[in-house]
Amino acid sequence: MAVRSNIVGIDSPEALEKALRAAYYLADEGLATAAYLSLALGKPLLLEGAPGVGKTEAAKAIAAVLCRRLIRLQCYEGIDAAAALYEWNYPRQMLAIRQAGDESIDIYGETFLIERPMLAALRAPDSTVLLIDEIDRADQEFEAFLLEFLSDFQISIPERGTIRAAERPVVVLTSNRTRDLHEALRRRCVYHWIDYPSAERESRIVMMRASSVAESTARAVVAAVGKLRREPLTKAPGIAEAVDWAEAATVLHQRGARWPDAFKRSIGVALKDEEDLRFISPRLDALIAEAAA
Amino acid sequence: MSDDIQLPPAAHIFVSFVTLLRANGFAVAPEQTTTFLAAIELLGPRSLDHIRQAGLATLAPPHERQATYHRLFDIHFIGREELAGERGDDEDIVRLQEEGRGEEDALLADDVNESGLAATRAEALAERRFERGAANDALRRLAREAPSRLPQRRGYRHRRARRGPWADLRRTLRETVRNDGEMLHLGRLRRRTRLRRILLLIDVSGSMKTRTEENMRLAHALAQAASNIEVFTLGTRLTRITRALRLKRREQALEAAGHLVSDWDGGTRIGDALQAFLSVPRFAGYARGAAVVIISDGLERGDPASLRDAVAKLSRRAWRLSWLTPLATSPGFRPQTEALLAIEPFVDEMGDGGSSAAIVSHLLSRGQRKAA
Repeated sequence: MAVRSNIVGIDSPEALEKALRAAYYLADEGLATAAYLSLALGKPLLLEGAPGVGKTEAAKAIAAVLCRRLIRLQCYEGIDAAAALYEWNYPRQMLAIRQAGDESIDIYGETFLIERPMLAALRAPDSTVLLIDEIDRADQEFEAFLLEFLSDFQISIPERGTIRAAERPVVVLTSNRTRDLHEALRRRCVYHWIDYPSAERESRIVMMRASSVAESTARAVVAAVGKLRREPLTKAPGIAEAVDWAEAATVLHQRGARWPDAFKRSIGVALKDEEDLRFISPRLDALIAEAAA
Repeated sequence: MSDDIQLPPAAHIFVSFVTLLRANGFAVAPEQTTTFLAAIELLGPRSLDHIRQAGLATLAPPHERQATYHRLFDIHFIGREELAGERGDDEDIVRLQEEGRGEEDALLADDVNESGLAATRAEALAERRFERGAANDALRRLAREAPSRLPQRRGYRHRRARRGPWADLRRTLRETVRNDGEMLHLGRLRRRTRLRRILLLIDVSGSMKTRTEENMRLAHALAQAASNIEVFTLGTRLTRITRALRLKRREQALEAAGHLVSDWDGGTRIGDALQAFLSVPRFAGYARGAAVVIISDGLERGDPASLRDAVAKLSRRAWRLSWLTPLATSPGFRPQTEALLAIEPFVDEMGDGGSSAAIVSHLLSRGQRKAA
């Protein structure tokens, strides 16, 4: 196992946490440890958690820390090798055959190859971070296809042979856990479950992300969002919703709305489900008043 | 050669921790053990927490079992078992509730249970033993006909076809090359069909007692026949047993499920259980576009309004919602109970759930309709 204990000057989880903070991402100890291990051991990092806890943001922050380009592959049902890996430019190949006439021509040359995210990351492993986003949305066929890529970091193109990465690329996978991932996939990765942050950390995140928000507003919003997350809602508000809510309430307040009212009128950015709104509306006043106190 | 390689004594405690995890049902591959050791070396380790974190990251215990992981860690490395209580994870709940999130349980935890099996340790120990039985004809029929007759939908993958809306450029190009650059025939693609997700909600309360065993066997046969299926049991709690039913051998799978579910033959609060189901976003997502089948007699002790509300929500998410009740044995069945009358407008089909054969033919008849 190739172990690199020092990656661009980062030699411990604490150092990585600090670097992530400089990239405007507040990681907890568990995430910093898992991310550090993944970088040091050259294994993909698998992040699971509820929607809106900052899984994709974590990948972006890691790319920023390493000063690398982020290549994002959004998964969806039916995603296949042609969309994730490479594809031949068939119309161009067809034209080239027509134009060549009697001369011989290599229709599997570089000019006819369309690079997709995974191939792009493999070819430039030292300057990219590959984000395979929402892997749970892809079907099992694609998951199985990923296994080869993630363990050997090589791709074989029948017409051109095998392409191998010069060094192990940095890969981050995220999953919302809408279905169980295969054990074989988890096994190849360094795993971390991202939970909702503590109130203290979340208010720091809100203030960092939305600089116009006052500390008292951030604390109130985080307290209210924390209460909402304990309710049986269809879609609990994530961190992004908390940031939006704080920002929206601040804007309303600057236009002259009074405080509890500003929160209440901007609830739409935090709860985006009609049933949830109806469920919570009778108690909304009390909830906000309690949170603001 | 291999005899010369020995583990350093300091590493023994870590390897034995992995063994302990395996003994408690965690799937840990040898490769993960190697990674675990490498991770510990990398981290120092300067504190016990480093080892804990390294284990979480590299041995990757599933999230719903992380409480158990922490407990085993404490026992192994700290040697104090009473720490478990401080963490607030009841051993039995963790072991029995597959999804140890606690929320779904909290919604139902203070329920009064008519049968006296309140949510205590005593209840948690109420396990069910399943008798060994030969697969009957209905289950064999299910296994045989499932691929072609369970509900289907159009998938997002393509397959080659004689006719279809898309051109198969890859195949066409290859043929063209073979014909010296002359394109003779344009290949076509069409969408592949796949099995629609099936969500099976089984009532395991006391009033369904006689049917429970058969229903569990049926659920296992279905989980083996179709890959895209989720199974939950409803009673005084909600328990996801999909993982247990994935085990191939029936006795083994049913025993595993029997350990998970702690409210066999208890009270009936289907409305609350369904509400609990819908309030966990991950579970509610399983219902989206799925063929939802609820096997229950609808003898509801809870609030009918709560049941009505839950079924209405469920039916909005589902592709088809069928309610199979053992009471509907004759074709002219009309619901009588308050609960069944309340939910009738939202249920696409109210059918016979009185025997495995009836349930199987209901499931298999769904596939003949045109996919919506």
